[in-house]
Amino acid sequence: MATRWFGASVQRSEDPRLLRGKGNYVDDIDLPGTLHAAVLRSPHARARIAGIDTAAARELSGVHLVITAADLGEVLEPSPLLVPHPALTHPRTQLPLALNEVRYVGEAVAYVVADDRYIAEDALELIDVEYEPLPVVHNLDVASSSMSGTITGTATTENAPLVHAGVPGNIAAHLVQIVGDPDSIFATAPHTMRETVNMERGAAMPMECRGIVARWESFEGMLTCWISTQAPIPIRNGLAAIFHLPEHKVRVVAPDVGGGFGTKIMMFYPEEILTPLAAIRLGRPVKWIEDRRENFISSNQERGQLHEIEYAFDDQGLLLAVRDTFLHDTGAYTPYGIIVPIITACSLPGPYRLKHYYSDFTVLYTNKVPVSPYRGAGRPHAVFVMERIMDRIAGELRIDRCEVRSRNFIQPDEFPWDVGLVYQDGGPTTYDSGNYQAGLDKLKVLLDYDNFPKTQAEARQQGRYLGIGVGYYVEGTSIGPYEGANVRVESDGRVFAATGVTSQGQSHATTFAQIVADQLGIHPRDVLLTEGDSQSFNWGAGTYASRAATVAGSALHLAAVKVREKTRKVAAELFEAAPEDIEIAGGNVYVKDAPHRALTLGQVAISANPLRYAYGENARKLMSMKLAGPRSGPALPSERGAPGLEATEFYSPPHASFASGVHGAIIEVDPKTGMVSFVKYAAVHDCGRVINPMVVEGQVHGGVAQGIGGAFYERLVFNEEGQLINASFMDYLLPTSAEIPPIAVDHVETPSPLSPLGMKGAGEAGVIPVPALFASAIDDALSPFGMRVLEMPLHPCKIYELLQASQNV
Amino acid sequence: MQEQEETPTFSEESLISVTVNGHIYERNAPVRMLLSDFLRHELHLTGTHVGCEHGVCGCCTVLLNGEAVRSCLMLAVQADGMALTTIEGMAGTNSELHPIQQAFQEKHGLQCGFCTSGMIISVHAMLHENPNPTEEEIRHELSGNLCRCTGYQNIVEAVKLAAERLRAGAAFNAPKEVE
Repeated sequence: MATRWFGASVQRSEDPRLLRGKGNYVDDIDLPGTLHAAVLRSPHARARIAGIDTAAARELSGVHLVITAADLGEVLEPSPLLVPHPALTHPRTQLPLALNEVRYVGEAVAYVVADDRYIAEDALELIDVEYEPLPVVHNLDVASSSMSGTITGTATTENAPLVHAGVPGNIAAHLVQIVGDPDSIFATAPHTMRETVNMERGAAMPMECRGIVARWESFEGMLTCWISTQAPIPIRNGLAAIFHLPEHKVRVVAPDVGGGFGTKIMMFYPEEILTPLAAIRLGRPVKWIEDRRENFISSNQERGQLHEIEYAFDDQGLLLAVRDTFLHDTGAYTPYGIIVPIITACSLPGPYRLKHYYSDFTVLYTNKVPVSPYRGAGRPHAVFVMERIMDRIAGELRIDRCEVRSRNFIQPDEFPWDVGLVYQDGGPTTYDSGNYQAGLDKLKVLLDYDNFPKTQAEARQQGRYLGIGVGYYVEGTSIGPYEGANVRVESDGRVFAATGVTSQGQSHATTFAQIVADQLGIHPRDVLLTEGDSQSFNWGAGTYASRAATVAGSALHLAAVKVREKTRKVAAELFEAAPEDIEIAGGNVYVKDAPHRALTLGQVAISANPLRYAYGENARKLMSMKLAGPRSGPALPSERGAPGLEATEFYSPPHASFASGVHGAIIEVDPKTGMVSFVKYAAVHDCGRVINPMVVEGQVHGGVAQGIGGAFYERLVFNEEGQLINASFMDYLLPTSAEIPPIAVDHVETPSPLSPLGMKGAGEAGVIPVPALFASAIDDALSPFGMRVLEMPLHPCKIYELLQASQNV
Repeated sequence: MQEQEETPTFSEESLISVTVNGHIYERNAPVRMLLSDFLRHELHLTGTHVGCEHGVCGCCTVLLNGEAVRSCLMLAVQADGMALTTIEGMAGTNSELHPIQQAFQEKHGLQCGFCTSGMIISVHAMLHENPNPTEEEIRHELSGNLCRCTGYQNIVEAVKLAAERLRAGAAFNAPKEVE
């Protein structure tokens, strides 16, 4: 059937509620008798815990429970390793509360429950922990200092501090992947270069911090947790195992979630175990809400990597081979395995025909907050490296930067393109579709690229330094394993739809409704989407890796198709017509050419449920209509299957789909201060078929803003003691409306052949190329000074320093 | 006891009276309770959000005697005798959205919705002062409210649309009572 809602910028059904302040975020849940928790966190990056005295805290009026590791009993287990990998030889995951040793500033040491949060925090101050500080691994230099042949250049130290005893060299994992024969290419290539590229840590910083409310109902043996999370069903499964409860007796709900960006998917954050534990022990609801300072030191971070790259190219600017050896900072634990560096390794080739590639990474422990994916998840690093290479080739050969990229693009007729690497999901890194030149062409129009040299020259005559930069990326999205959906027509004709994913602002209530509405001939507002509630849908992985729209959206589509088919069968019997002659539109079901004699969708649903008693207006009207009478035999014949108009379907992608995009910007740099301002920003992206352009553009805008933050404003600064010294919004600068420029967006649509509706993911896209294009534009603006940016994030002082250094060379 | 009267203890409470969205509330407020916590946990007006508790993010912005303030930087007892408007007081009683709220929906000026309450209160205060702001003025005025989802572009577009409609006479509903 022709789709109608898919592809339209439908306004969001989420909005009226959120705009009125009627959202339901975790901290808005106020159950009678709720107690409030606070967490005592380590002030040391590494220390032995010689003793903990909680007596004074326990005696404080209003305190109900004080827990340390010693009180945890059988819950004192390291969290599961989410994604094991053969190369991850020394995995380490976190205990709910530190036992004997703390390994990062912010690690949970004790948990207090009191009448209110104020008292709980008072009690924290009464807990006396005796710490014996130990030498700290505060960065990759120190972490790698006992590695032989380290790329950091630091002298080998015999007694380098270890984050974990029993993990020699702080090495959690080492993985080498080789495509083609890079050694031979390097031996004969006309041009080779070698550079070191550094990226420092940033943080997701959703506006809502993490939080959980846990309720234990002993009369029904039911544990219910409302968590600000991206993955309620895996958490449900884990909590059931930890507390020895049947899975159906644990309900985990992600209510409205105020942003996630990757940091809210983790199994487990300690509070997600401690809070249900406290609720069970106390028999009262317990709430823990992370405050912003805690978010800075206890919610996972990302981005720290150090790359040493070698690349070979010919006189035409064709990239022949790349060697990339990098160190990845995983923090104190590896909860998420080595997903992030694998994504980096697999994203590096980007849109280019790279046939010879050596990738070698080492994952190192440091005494810092653990690392797990943050929007982009290893991709901004990879794109930064590859796009720096492209710019350098262009510079060396004096070829236009876009032209060099065009010469290296994989061509539209070369898909599927096998990059030759194993992707993060264990599947192949095989690009399903794309048209990279089309994207670049559109970007050049948006930026008026061809006229920029003239603008730049004129500006320089006035002493102004303008630069233009581009960044191209290909990103793996829509990974498995699967998602599912349940679609059911209710008696009033509205359609219940449930999936196991969650929304943290991605507008699923609208976009998923568009998918279902198309199949069932209704308005999206009549689709009642429920997600993020393990009691509404039992199966699923969660919202991450730009996968929800494709994977859960496809499952919803498949389920809605099934419901449509059944609707036609049931209606055909009632109308004594052929199913293929039944049409569904405008909420009505009728025989083709006889729309005046229509049943509503709700009436067909009532008919499909052979009860003697049905209620409501639809049922009364149904009784008055002259329809086929009941058949002989069972009321619910076997060919009907289940009663009602309902279907549950699952979608499991064969492998990841690969979205792409190119962003560009014109910036102005003040060489006297290092300050940068954006003159123009443009983004062209290809996420396959677009469900709702308004929503996708919003995702791109937000990603770009986070990318600009991560390129120029946001940087987590740890000192030698491993203290995060800018752990507040006063010092860690999220970009504001005054810093983010207007963003022009255009689309390329190369549908994915992998999924039924041809979508690819869009959630992470916006952030990915920003550091790359920012560096490109700065180099261009400051080209009279011979500038070459090889690190991210930058800030005005750094640009000034780099400028001074390049002038001294 | 004498000593306690001179130095308030943390558990000490004070009877305060505040008018919120037209309702008068009399409550015993712990003297150390933040206004944001008072609104959320004592009055159950949870539309005012808390994003940083150090006065930077703007999620907790409310109108205090008509002026936009951070409710996380005030104690509840400091609001004694004052009139507040929260996000719950922005829409009309007939459940129609305020023109600012309407513009945010039409221009997709929100995603996760967490910053939205504070944004709308700030926009309300901004347009009251300056009904016809330039884009630069809008971006400057909104720079006290962080948003991590939208990249601000659609928020700026929403403010422009709301300003235009309000200038054209769209109902600028005075904050009304809510249940």
